[in-house]
Amino acid sequence: MSRTARMWLLGLGLIGVGVCYALAALDLPSFGSTFHPYRDMAVPAAVAHGAANAVTSIVFDQRGLDTLVEEIILFGSVIGAVALLRPSREEQEHGPSPMGRVLEPTRLLGYVMLPTTLVIGVDVVTHGHLTPGGGFQGGVILATGLHLLYVAGSYQALDRLRPVALFEHGEAIGAAGFAILGIAGILTSAAYLTNMLSYGTLGQMFSAGTVPILNAIVGVEVASGVIVLLARFFDQAVLLGHQRESISVPQPGELR
Amino acid sequence: MSHYAYFVAGALVLVGGFGIARSRNLVHATICLSIAQAGTYVLLMAVGYQTNAPAPVFGSTAKPTKQVVDPVVQSLCLTDIVVSATVTALLLALSIQIAKRHDTVDPDELVALQG
Amino acid sequence: MNFHSGAAQLAPLAIVIPIIAAAVLLSVGRWLPRTLIDVLATGTAAATVGLDAALFAHTAGGRVVTWASNWTPKHGHSVGIVLVADRVGSGAALLAGALMLCALVFSWRYFDSVEAHFHALMLLFLAGMTGFALTGDLFDMFVFFELMGAVAYALTGFKVEDPTSVQGALNFGIVNSFGAYLTLMGIGLIYAHTGQLGLAQIGQVLDRSPLDALVVIAFVLVVTGWLVKAAMVPFHFWLADAHAVAPTPVCVMFSGIMVELGVYGVFRVYWTTFSGILPPDDIRRALLVLGILTAVVGAVMCLMQRHLKRLLAYSTIAHVGLFICAAATLDDSGTAGAAVYVLGHAGAKSALFLLAGVILARYGSVDEATLHGKGRDAKATAVLFAVAGLALSGLPPFATSLGKAIGEDALLARGYWIGPVLFVAVSALTGGAVLRAGARIFLGLGPVPAEDQQQTSGDQEERETQSLPRMPATMMLAIVTLVAGCLVCGIYSPITHALGRGATRFVDHAGYAQQALFGRAAHSVALPTGIDWTTLGVALGLTSTVLALLVAALGLYAEKIRRAAERVLDPFAMVGSGLRRLHSGHVGDYITWVFIGVTALAALVGIPLRQ
Repeated sequence: MSRTARMWLLGLGLIGVGVCYALAALDLPSFGSTFHPYRDMAVPAAVAHGAANAVTSIVFDQRGLDTLVEEIILFGSVIGAVALLRPSREEQEHGPSPMGRVLEPTRLLGYVMLPTTLVIGVDVVTHGHLTPGGGFQGGVILATGLHLLYVAGSYQALDRLRPVALFEHGEAIGAAGFAILGIAGILTSAAYLTNMLSYGTLGQMFSAGTVPILNAIVGVEVASGVIVLLARFFDQAVLLGHQRESISVPQPGELR
Repeated sequence: MSHYAYFVAGALVLVGGFGIARSRNLVHATICLSIAQAGTYVLLMAVGYQTNAPAPVFGSTAKPTKQVVDPVVQSLCLTDIVVSATVTALLLALSIQIAKRHDTVDPDELVALQG
Repeated sequence: MNFHSGAAQLAPLAIVIPIIAAAVLLSVGRWLPRTLIDVLATGTAAATVGLDAALFAHTAGGRVVTWASNWTPKHGHSVGIVLVADRVGSGAALLAGALMLCALVFSWRYFDSVEAHFHALMLLFLAGMTGFALTGDLFDMFVFFELMGAVAYALTGFKVEDPTSVQGALNFGIVNSFGAYLTLMGIGLIYAHTGQLGLAQIGQVLDRSPLDALVVIAFVLVVTGWLVKAAMVPFHFWLADAHAVAPTPVCVMFSGIMVELGVYGVFRVYWTTFSGILPPDDIRRALLVLGILTAVVGAVMCLMQRHLKRLLAYSTIAHVGLFICAAATLDDSGTAGAAVYVLGHAGAKSALFLLAGVILARYGSVDEATLHGKGRDAKATAVLFAVAGLALSGLPPFATSLGKAIGEDALLARGYWIGPVLFVAVSALTGGAVLRAGARIFLGLGPVPAEDQQQTSGDQEERETQSLPRMPATMMLAIVTLVAGCLVCGIYSPITHALGRGATRFVDHAGYAQQALFGRAAHSVALPTGIDWTTLGVALGLTSTVLALLVAALGLYAEKIRRAAERVLDPFAMVGSGLRRLHSGHVGDYITWVFIGVTALAALVGIPLRQ
């Protein structure tokens, strides 16, 4: 379609969908209403299972199957992205070009923030059932925290301290661990992914049964997955840096 | 005004779709897809909100009560964010490969699949 | 109330076993020899098929209900996620497993696997499809749908050195993800209105609700994602692009079961959740209109292709239109017809895709024109191609023909005489296109067609394997199994009877909620009418096959006919050319059509309800 035709058709479609959605939105309960039947069941269930953070209880205990599949989406996407970013037969591995100078304040900030971020990440993962946080959130903090080595140092420094194979194993352990813990639920209590450990007291470190364990497993998986993903993107960035001239990107204001 | 949040959510989805449809750069299109998804976050969180209700986290100062913000939509939103991140990663990986094979990231210049 | 049957744990195991195997393959894949990777992956697929078969057997007495994490309902309420495996759902999972097994056997040894990544992705794909077919929770459906989708995007673009591959995968990714986000908007609306996420629970609340704009729009938005996956017009543009470029075993999965799961999703959501509140006549009319449009567009585009895999992809779109029409009768016979037709189509279409893969491996191209006459020495391939093409045209006693007959009967029973006409025409056109391609390639009949700039040529396809002079035994085994399966399912009536009873249970709105939420055992169900072969069905099947042969013959000499009857045929040629130009390969166009499609569906469903 020509661009003009597409814009006209798009305008029509946007108006259509907009009108439909507006009609539906007007029938929604008003913003801030008290009608939340699922919450009325979920919060007491979370407390009964000893989880102080109701959200984590729902994520890992009540709707644990959703979370397993969500973790596997991340797992599968990382495998997919790694497969898609594999170097082709012709491309050779170039070493990364020498980096420019890193400012001293940046380097200092890196030295200070790297261990801090890693500790915060571990804290968010392990206390997910007590305070806002959890495996996914903490895993991302850990993975990106590690990349402060690149921001405040150099790519070579990151590369040396980040054995990708190890993190691929970490991913696999995280993915399989969640699934296998679920099977343990079948063996002990006859239902998949049952929370079969003791619930403990609300607010204590070891409470809410399997929730802290699943938090840790997911944290390992997410951190490893994101590190592997970023590693492959970095490889491509290094490769592309050598080919940048030949790719055409339309500049703003350029007429075609 | 009581439905303003819902309209913002719808507007984000429409803006994201508009962005993809008129995009001249695949990376831009991928980000517009993320914007469209941001609309779903806003809708879910707006649906779950309750006026003057605290967060659904209990401890020594916050006693367990049912009158909290809906935690279920927060878990749905968490899943949604993970999905968005993964799809973005895949689409960006594909954009990189397209850039290398076709020497362009402009959808108007990608004419290999027609008819 | 009984929620603790032994079979209840089969469903989560069927989903989780492929996941664990994929994790193992990722971890140790770099050290294992290729044969071991193949064995592990194929063995896992076989194990999953076994679990699915056991689950299917248990659905004879009703649905198998599994409450994950042991949150069994009290007084019909629960906070957990439920898996409800009924006959149609577990049958879909079983079909997915069987097709995956064939696909993995086909790719034995010859397909480049990049350290077991291909096999890991295929197993995760299987887990996603199994979960989608077995779940009874709306948000869980969305999550499994995204798992299916994410892995499918990666699998489509797997041949990264092929420029068309990565473009097709990107189009697929952006369009399907956008559709899924529209579904999520619909889920948000429904959650706000009912406060529930389980299909049965939402259905219970909606049964007592008044009909308002929110419910209608929520229905339209929720099924949009599934309809994008199902490639209903105008959401279908991504399918030809993705099928043209994906590796052959992946195309088998796409056309055989992934697209059909979109149709399954639409009707599952309708029957469990919305059938108590939305008037059936309204939905029937809306889906029939769009189904007919899909079938016609798919068939016409199919005829105009020279790229073998794109031809088969458009044929899939046309057949999806027929599945939607059959199931849109909104009764047990139509649903049974759709189910049997899906089963038969999976066998025939998958075999054709695998044969296209063999052709690519042997001759290096999938372009009908380039391959003209090249296949004269490939006897076995030619015979299988002909048989599969005839099965696709609706030749009795293949299961495709039986499904077609049941669907036609169901539409006639509702007074839609257009049903048989459409089914016969579409089967003839798509089967004819396939047979025309086969005649050109294997018999060298007809003149070599001229170059056409508007069409996608099949010469740019990268080889997926090294050049193979003969069809390897593993590939032959996979293809023969699929064709034989299509034949057996048409002849052996207990299979179709089982699906028929499953269809009756599928459309049982109240029974689903009773069993899922209250554990009340299901009563036995009767067979739908028209489930067996009838004279009319056989006659229509033979008619469509004969017409397909005619279409193939005419197609071989299409250039000469067009030149001879130019003045008469020119308008048709212009329409065809215009339709082809719409399929531009541009992702912006596709998203525009998604918006138009949502508007059209909302208008078709909503406007008649304003009275």
